[in-house]
Amino acid sequence: MWFPRLASDRVLRARLVDGPFAITLKSNNTERIYCLNETAEGLGLTRGMSFADARAFCPDLISQPARPDLDARFLAMLRRWATRYCPWVGRDGEDGLVLDVTGSTHLWGGEAEMLADIRARAMRAGLTLRLGCAETRGAAWAFAHYGTGTEALSDLPVAALRLADTTVTALQRLGLRSIGDLAEAARAPLTRRFGPDLLLRLDQAMGHIPEPVRPESEPPSFATRMSLPEPIGLTEDVMGLTARLLTPLCDKLNRYEMGARRLTLTLRRVDQGSQQVELRLAAPMRDPQRILPLFERGVSEVDAGFGIDQIRLEATQVEPLPVQQIGSAQTSPDQLNDLITRIGTRIGLENIQRFLPSDSHIPERSFAIAPAAFSTPDSAWSCLRPRPLRLFSPEPIAAHSAEPPARFRWRRMSFTTGRAIGPERIAPEWWLPDEAWRSGVRDYWRIETREGRRLWLYHTPQNPGWFVQGEFA
Amino acid sequence: MFSLMRVDFHTVFPLRRARVHEVCGPVAMGFAAMSVGDGALWIRESWMSDTLMPQGLLPIFNPARLLLARPKDQTDALAVAEEALKDGALPFVVIEITRPLNLREGRRLQLAAKAGGTTGLCIISEGMGSNAAETRWHAASIFDTQSEDSTLMRWEIKKNKSGTLGAWNVRWDQKTRRVHVVSPVGERPGSARASG
Repeated sequence: MWFPRLASDRVLRARLVDGPFAITLKSNNTERIYCLNETAEGLGLTRGMSFADARAFCPDLISQPARPDLDARFLAMLRRWATRYCPWVGRDGEDGLVLDVTGSTHLWGGEAEMLADIRARAMRAGLTLRLGCAETRGAAWAFAHYGTGTEALSDLPVAALRLADTTVTALQRLGLRSIGDLAEAARAPLTRRFGPDLLLRLDQAMGHIPEPVRPESEPPSFATRMSLPEPIGLTEDVMGLTARLLTPLCDKLNRYEMGARRLTLTLRRVDQGSQQVELRLAAPMRDPQRILPLFERGVSEVDAGFGIDQIRLEATQVEPLPVQQIGSAQTSPDQLNDLITRIGTRIGLENIQRFLPSDSHIPERSFAIAPAAFSTPDSAWSCLRPRPLRLFSPEPIAAHSAEPPARFRWRRMSFTTGRAIGPERIAPEWWLPDEAWRSGVRDYWRIETREGRRLWLYHTPQNPGWFVQGEFA
Repeated sequence: MFSLMRVDFHTVFPLRRARVHEVCGPVAMGFAAMSVGDGALWIRESWMSDTLMPQGLLPIFNPARLLLARPKDQTDALAVAEEALKDGALPFVVIEITRPLNLREGRRLQLAAKAGGTTGLCIISEGMGSNAAETRWHAASIFDTQSEDSTLMRWEIKKNKSGTLGAWNVRWDQKTRRVHVVSPVGERPGSARASG
């Protein structure tokens, strides 16, 4: 199966456009046409043409940038769809599928009927599809890409052998235009000239060398669900069901050595409405006894209405969690993670934070605050000079000299300087623009007042002024 | 009167476990940091703009062992505190209180601390104390006329459910990471003035 216009068909399926349409991809600093629809091709546009030229040819061209990731996902979906014809379906390049239909054609009434069915369904889905059916994978590829009707494999051009462009050109210069010509030519000189790849492809197409189809395995889906004959409404019942769903889910996570990071419990009510309970965990986890109590808060908030008759539990985000030896190791990190999760369900996981050291002389930037669930503690703190315990945004005080003021007022309290230790000059980091440091360098002083309080003051010599920025313990 | 208040500091200072205590005064945060042994949850409402500075904590305890919780209001803060006290994964919980606790809230915190075997400490403003608190402290820094290394503070216990009251001048010893009592109040010159 070859989808010659996979990218444009994908977009056009979502939003039908009458008229020329193209997908552009930026390569080598120019926008080039990556894929285009039939109308556009009829107007003389080609693939690889620069987008500016295409616009000149055809002013009403509608275009969209290419999304190769979405195309790959679309192809994966098509691959999954194609397993309805046979179990052995593999991807072939970026825009093709290969099906090993041996033994499954009779289910559709024969090869021709099966191809007709595929064609009809693809057409209904709005996909341009070219099919090739042959004894070998190579030959099927050749028919899909280069076949026009009823000719034999040996009549197809050599390009149908999945060869590099340079090889194809060189073969044509030698006069070997079709596969038949190539098959009759002496093998040894061809290998000597073009390497083993050419004859490998030829033999694969002819069936002398096997080329298996590699089916892809489905990615595991971590979800379980249950439908109930009678609706339920009690919190204990829902929790009991959650426990029953959680056990197989955790078994599956265990089998794949994964841990759930985010779980969604969907409760469908009798009146077709559904409610979701989302649980975000501070660390990947797959222990049902530990996860279950974490659901309690969310489940108790659910409005059961006339009752719940279907319940689905899905691990929407999983992370690798290798099997670990249990034994003498402390269980305290687990307990702490559980606590973070439990608090996080109430105030949000981002609001539980920890300090991380950060490499900067600027007091405000010498540490970072990161969510505890997504960071690991770091003890690499360094501090050459005493720093205050509390840091607030600078509060100006009335003082003018370059020396620390003997008396000053701050927060409606008056202070007498008892001892001033400093200055410690800190220069702004010019490579990071910071509004607060526009006033230039700062001379920090540690002021011990006669009244007792020990404050962190700074003076800005380039822009005279005094500010209080912190308080020591 | 002073002889009545003479009570051994070590019977009250490492704050009694499985109870919730209160502290007020200008260096209440310092008091809180110095009572944390190892590992704590510090609950601070998210609208408060000033921050703890980890480098300032460094001489007192390792800031890597501190977790911060930033709830949006006091109701959430108390819920988080109760959860953390009950759980016991962290031995110490500091709560910055912004409105006075009523008797029920204070009692619930006490029960949670008892259940988890953890210590709670509420940082309160002057006069916001709750009846349920085990002890209430007032912490103020005082000017040290003699020494350059100045972490001199006056800690006064203003309420004690299971003992008598007292006041001490203390300093933080960075090497041993412990609070040292300097000398009893009333025996140092100028201490009467410093208490304000």
